[in-house]
Amino acid sequence: MIKQITFSSITKKVIMSLAGLFLIVFLLVHLGINLFLLPLTENHREIFELAANFMATNPLIKIMEIFLFGGFIIHIIYGIVVQLQNWASRGNIGYKSGNKTKASLSSRYMIYTGILVLLFLAMHIYQFYFIKLGLNSSVFMDEHGHPLFYDIAINLFTTQPAYSILYIVLFVFLGFHLNHAFQSAFQTLGWEHPKYTPCIKTLGLVYAIVVPLGFIIIPLYFLIMK
Amino acid sequence: MDLTLKIWRQENAQAKGEFKNYQVKGVSKDSSFLEMLDVLNESLVDKIESPVCFDHDCREGICGMCSLYINGRPHGPDDAITTCQLHMRKFKNGETITVEPWRAKPFPVIKDLVVDRSALDEIIQSGGYTSASTGGVPDANAILISKYDSDLAMDAASCIGCGACVAACKNASAMLFVSAKVSQFALLPQGQVEKERRVQKMVAKMDELGFGNCTNTYACEMECPKEISVSNIARMNREFLGAKLFSRETV
Ligand code: HEM
Ligand code: SF4
Ligand code: FES
Repeated sequence: MIKQITFSSITKKVIMSLAGLFLIVFLLVHLGINLFLLPLTENHREIFELAANFMATNPLIKIMEIFLFGGFIIHIIYGIVVQLQNWASRGNIGYKSGNKTKASLSSRYMIYTGILVLLFLAMHIYQFYFIKLGLNSSVFMDEHGHPLFYDIAINLFTTQPAYSILYIVLFVFLGFHLNHAFQSAFQTLGWEHPKYTPCIKTLGLVYAIVVPLGFIIIPLYFLIMK
Repeated sequence: MDLTLKIWRQENAQAKGEFKNYQVKGVSKDSSFLEMLDVLNESLVDKIESPVCFDHDCREGICGMCSLYINGRPHGPDDAITTCQLHMRKFKNGETITVEPWRAKPFPVIKDLVVDRSALDEIIQSGGYTSASTGGVPDANAILISKYDSDLAMDAASCIGCGACVAACKNASAMLFVSAKVSQFALLPQGQVEKERRVQKMVAKMDELGFGNCTNTYACEMECPKEISVSNIARMNREFLGAKLFSRETV
């Protein structure tokens, strides 16, 4: 293997945690925009489009986009490398009587919740980013040939209940991933303290519930309103 | 108590092992798990069968020699305890108990339930020496240490090197053990001289031996007989990162 992926175990985890924390911030921004798919204000559509347009054209955001893709790729590659090494570390024979230590459920299934999030990511990139790149087509384009993401999203949520349900389910799994991930990242970075660690754990739990719930509310609204 | 034991038998490191069932009758609920195995072994010897090999030494919870993965947990169904301190009252009459060796690539089975844990010693060795003053007898209070820090160092130093943390971890990671060994020095003034080299070398050895990467499940802390805290792992991460980023010396 090339040197870069054979970093020490701690270094690999530190890189993963930094990429993961970056993704956590990104999710918050993304949710902030998505919520305007809901009729929160009179001009929610305008606000959504303004934000989407800002995201598509601002040069600073363009640079951030590179970091974002980089962050995802690094996090995913290391996630997989770390997991493969960890499976190998047990040796050829596993435990017949299983593992009854009461480690949290989220912490035990990180690779699986991660892969489900990856699945969502692939779907999401295909449905939105590929249209922007012209690799996928949509009927919802403006006169200049720019995709109308508002209509694309609303159309998905209003005409395809199966998609909405899959979306909801995958965000529940993201919630489980985040539930462990948030505090894990701080522990990995060594940011542990008798005063602040309990706060970090609580904040992580709140984030892991509120953010996925925020995303889930959108398709749920359209499912119920129909 | 009458019990069925499902025990891993393996002739030697190369042999292919398998589970064998044994019946033990009339076990006192006040006996320890190892005493129960002694009873089984005596009966096997009487029948001219080979006794079950398992590690043990002090039988008072201080040496770290006894191991055994019992019913899905290292050191069996009790908290903060070694197998020699586990009592049969924790089991039910008629129960089937599965007994396995520690499973980790760096812990090869030697025979039956005995595994080679010298990988842990190798990690300690890789940490190297600690510089100590020579010359006249220093004054007892020449180096001041806060009670708080000396307690933390003492807690870290109470690790008995049993390897239950590795056995419990789904990643077979040795981070709790290594972090205890790093922390017991890093917390004290006397440990400062080599602290940057020590942490880097021990982590490198741990990785080289094939222990897994820590994903902070904290299973280690839950199964550690000495209740070593995972805050030691965070401390080691800090020490390691600091050394990697700022130490000019290459190790
Ligand atoms: C929005 C998406 C995601 C976010 C915000 C996120 C966040 C995080 C964070 C913060 C950690 C803790 C890192 C550490 O302690 O060093 C983590 C761990 C992990 N992630 Fe993700 N992740 C995401 C997607 C994924 C994906 C797509 C995979 C696919 C393989 C994945 C796999 C893993 C694995 C295997 C771990 C290791 C468990 C651990 O270290 O605690 N993650 N994630
Ligand atoms: S940290 Fe605890 S479980 Fe691990 S070797 Fe030391 S005493 Fe045993
Ligand atoms: S035999 Fe020494 S700790 Fe169990």
